[in-house]
Amino acid sequence: MTELLKRILPTVQKPARYTGGEFNEIKKDLASVRVRVAFCFPDTYEIGMSNLGMRILYGVMNEMDGVWCERVFTPWADMEQAMVENHLPLWALESQDPVKDFDMIAFTIGYEMCYTNILNMLRLAGLPLHSRDRNDLKNIVFAGGVCAYNPEPLADFIDFFSLGEGEEITVEIVSLYDRAKAEGWTKEAFLLEVAKIPGVYVPSFYRHEYAEDGTLARIVPLVEGVPTKFTKRIVEDLDKAYWPTKMIVPSTEIVHDRANLEVFRGCIRGCRFCQAGFSCRPVRRKSAKVLFDQAVETMEDSGHNELTLSSLSTSDFRGLKELTDDLIPYCADHKINLSVPSLRADNFSRDLMERLQTVRKSGLTFAPEAGTQRLRDVINKNLTEEEILTTCANAFSGGWNNVKLYFMLGLPTETDEDVLGIADLVYKVIKTWQANAVNKKRGLRVHVATAFFVPKPHTPFQWEKQITPEEYLRRCRLLKSHFYSKSITYDYHGPDLSRLEAVFARGDRRVGPVIEEAMNRGAKLDGWDEFFNYSYWVDAFDACGVDMEYYTTRGFGEDELLPWDPMDVGVTKRFLQLERKRAYEAKVTPDCREGCAGCGANCLLKEVDCDA
Amino acid sequence: MPRLLFEKTGNAVWISHLDLMRLFQRAFQRAKLPLKHSQGFNPRPYVAVALPLSVGVESVCELLDFDLDGASVPDDEIRDSLNRVLVDGVRVLDVYEDGQKIKNLALLDCVLTLEYDRGVPEGTAEAVEALFARPSLPVMKKSKNGPVEQDIIPMIRQLRVDQNDGHTVTLEARVCCQNPSLNPMQLAAAVDKYLPEFRPDFVKSRRVALYDAQGNIFR
Ligand code: SF4
Ligand code: SF4
Repeated sequence: MTELLKRILPTVQKPARYTGGEFNEIKKDLASVRVRVAFCFPDTYEIGMSNLGMRILYGVMNEMDGVWCERVFTPWADMEQAMVENHLPLWALESQDPVKDFDMIAFTIGYEMCYTNILNMLRLAGLPLHSRDRNDLKNIVFAGGVCAYNPEPLADFIDFFSLGEGEEITVEIVSLYDRAKAEGWTKEAFLLEVAKIPGVYVPSFYRHEYAEDGTLARIVPLVEGVPTKFTKRIVEDLDKAYWPTKMIVPSTEIVHDRANLEVFRGCIRGCRFCQAGFSCRPVRRKSAKVLFDQAVETMEDSGHNELTLSSLSTSDFRGLKELTDDLIPYCADHKINLSVPSLRADNFSRDLMERLQTVRKSGLTFAPEAGTQRLRDVINKNLTEEEILTTCANAFSGGWNNVKLYFMLGLPTETDEDVLGIADLVYKVIKTWQANAVNKKRGLRVHVATAFFVPKPHTPFQWEKQITPEEYLRRCRLLKSHFYSKSITYDYHGPDLSRLEAVFARGDRRVGPVIEEAMNRGAKLDGWDEFFNYSYWVDAFDACGVDMEYYTTRGFGEDELLPWDPMDVGVTKRFLQLERKRAYEAKVTPDCREGCAGCGANCLLKEVDCDA
Repeated sequence: MPRLLFEKTGNAVWISHLDLMRLFQRAFQRAKLPLKHSQGFNPRPYVAVALPLSVGVESVCELLDFDLDGASVPDDEIRDSLNRVLVDGVRVLDVYEDGQKIKNLALLDCVLTLEYDRGVPEGTAEAVEALFARPSLPVMKKSKNGPVEQDIIPMIRQLRVDQNDGHTVTLEARVCCQNPSLNPMQLAAAVDKYLPEFRPDFVKSRRVALYDAQGNIFR
């Protein structure tokens, strides 16, 4: 560590997030390292270290001979200011070396509102923001993560994207770089070669042309023979996939400060607004046996006292009973807190909740997303009022007195009746409490939150309009005026962030300059309330002459060429169209267990069947 | 209850007091040395660190009390098992039973290094020495109810000033550390306040030894 950093650290909040040196951090001898990768997470240490994908790929790359992957996070504003004042460039935690000394700079991007952090990190590293201004093989910048499924907003800045799950493709990419560096290739030569790896997308090889009405007209390849479709990569057999049992144990508290075991990938549900639900298909499970062994190994190695079983919808994990039957006694013996988030309201899960002690702390949480059964059918959210109320009744008679309910406003076809349906449901929850509570003196707390619906690519709602912020706020106020009980706390997210999220989720190359402009005006850490400043963004859109409405309230035509059309996540566009139609007819589509709906994602599997 | 003496140096000085407790709880777990848990609804493994150290300060004399659950383990084995699974900078020096009562801990030795990037100004050591020879020296101190003034002289038992090289001056002091307690950084704050012309560019602090009220080494 430099003397300079030692002097800065006492002046910033939570200095331990900048020093590295945690248990299981990987250090390598530079003499045996041929490729250095700076793995950047465009948010703070506390968020990034809670990200399972980053932990997996950190392990995957460091397993490679001659490759050293180190971690980089977005500095908090106090540190950023100190870095700028002292001309201290962004560094990687393990070696404390500047990012610009690294061969490869990788980003994992899970959320649109961290785009300014990406540019800011490049800037703090002292690198040119635009790929066209970085001419060497050294410092090549690539990115993966959910946002790579519509990479266009970042097309100017990132040299290439890696689509899908990173376990295998990352190894292929880094190995190719290893060869390129040894043989002294140019950046151009490397990009031409890397583009041949399935799942790699090099944006500079294509030109986007727009029609007079502003819609995307054509995507023109500029280099002969480059692919026109980019299919995401997946791991077929999760039992055999790399799993990092030797995980870094942070020395300072992070957001999810516990061991995290991923039980399966994909989701069988298909809620029509949910990007993860569609883009993470097909459904692949891990066996309970493998999971139990990995859990024990992870717990013994890390010394954590809390273990969480994670996935998009853990109740749907086929091995859940077998795994928890083994894990609950193990955890009890070792005084480990076992937590199982995202449980559904079914019978088994209710039982399980009672067997786990952690639930009481967090209270009951439901995400019905919509207030009426009609609208829940539209969005294919398979959660009925009866399920919610039965679960509540059980919980209240068991002494619980705290419920959280999450909804969205602005969903397709939503009317005021649907909005008021939320108030109705909340009153039924209160009535249920009155009828079932064992101890009424303690009172009931119902926490209701509404979010502003953001249409996402690769979902049946990818063409939908987003309602205006004014209309969203009107619906919030309407709802609020129908909450009369003191037991209810109602929070609604402001519309600004969700509006921007909608722009960037479905953005094309024309929004790239807006991100740069906003960052130059001071936008950073947009995901953090204390930093988010909508006016930087409004000004940036103005300055760049880009109309937010085009990406939000306009809606996209089904016959329009979509910027993310070349990105293939497995689910077919035809299926999405069909699902959209069924949404308008308020027809539910049964989950994958009741029958394969033919989404197309099974075509990504060669060795196993979907959800086998 | 067994106690361990450990040091906190290097990168580890940036770990906060609360984080350090968590770090030890996990280290015990990794070393397969299960800790006794507190009673109650949310049982926590029991560890207690005496005299929280400020972030950024080094120490070679930290004390941590703990209680193992189950069969007794030889002290040396506890030390070695923990050292195998601790992070760089946190190192157990000794493990022993029957430590003295923490309430009898009264004094500590600290070393402050005042760094002068453009060289130590002429007369710094003398001026600092003279400063601490004053009969009283009020310095502002943060407290729960905002800043309050505190006279630090009664809490300084010994003090020695040395200029080691052209760029640093060291202040070695023995100060009260419990009822009342003096944060050694207050010595540097006094220099800043009363000798602005000798204000250092940076100050490093290190805790080196603990004593009881009679000046015997505290274990
Ligand atoms: S259950 Fe629905 S909302 Fe949850 S991950 Fe699956 S598809 Fe998405
Ligand atoms: S292929 Fe069938 S079973 Fe598999 S995710 Fe798609 S709809 Fe579900």
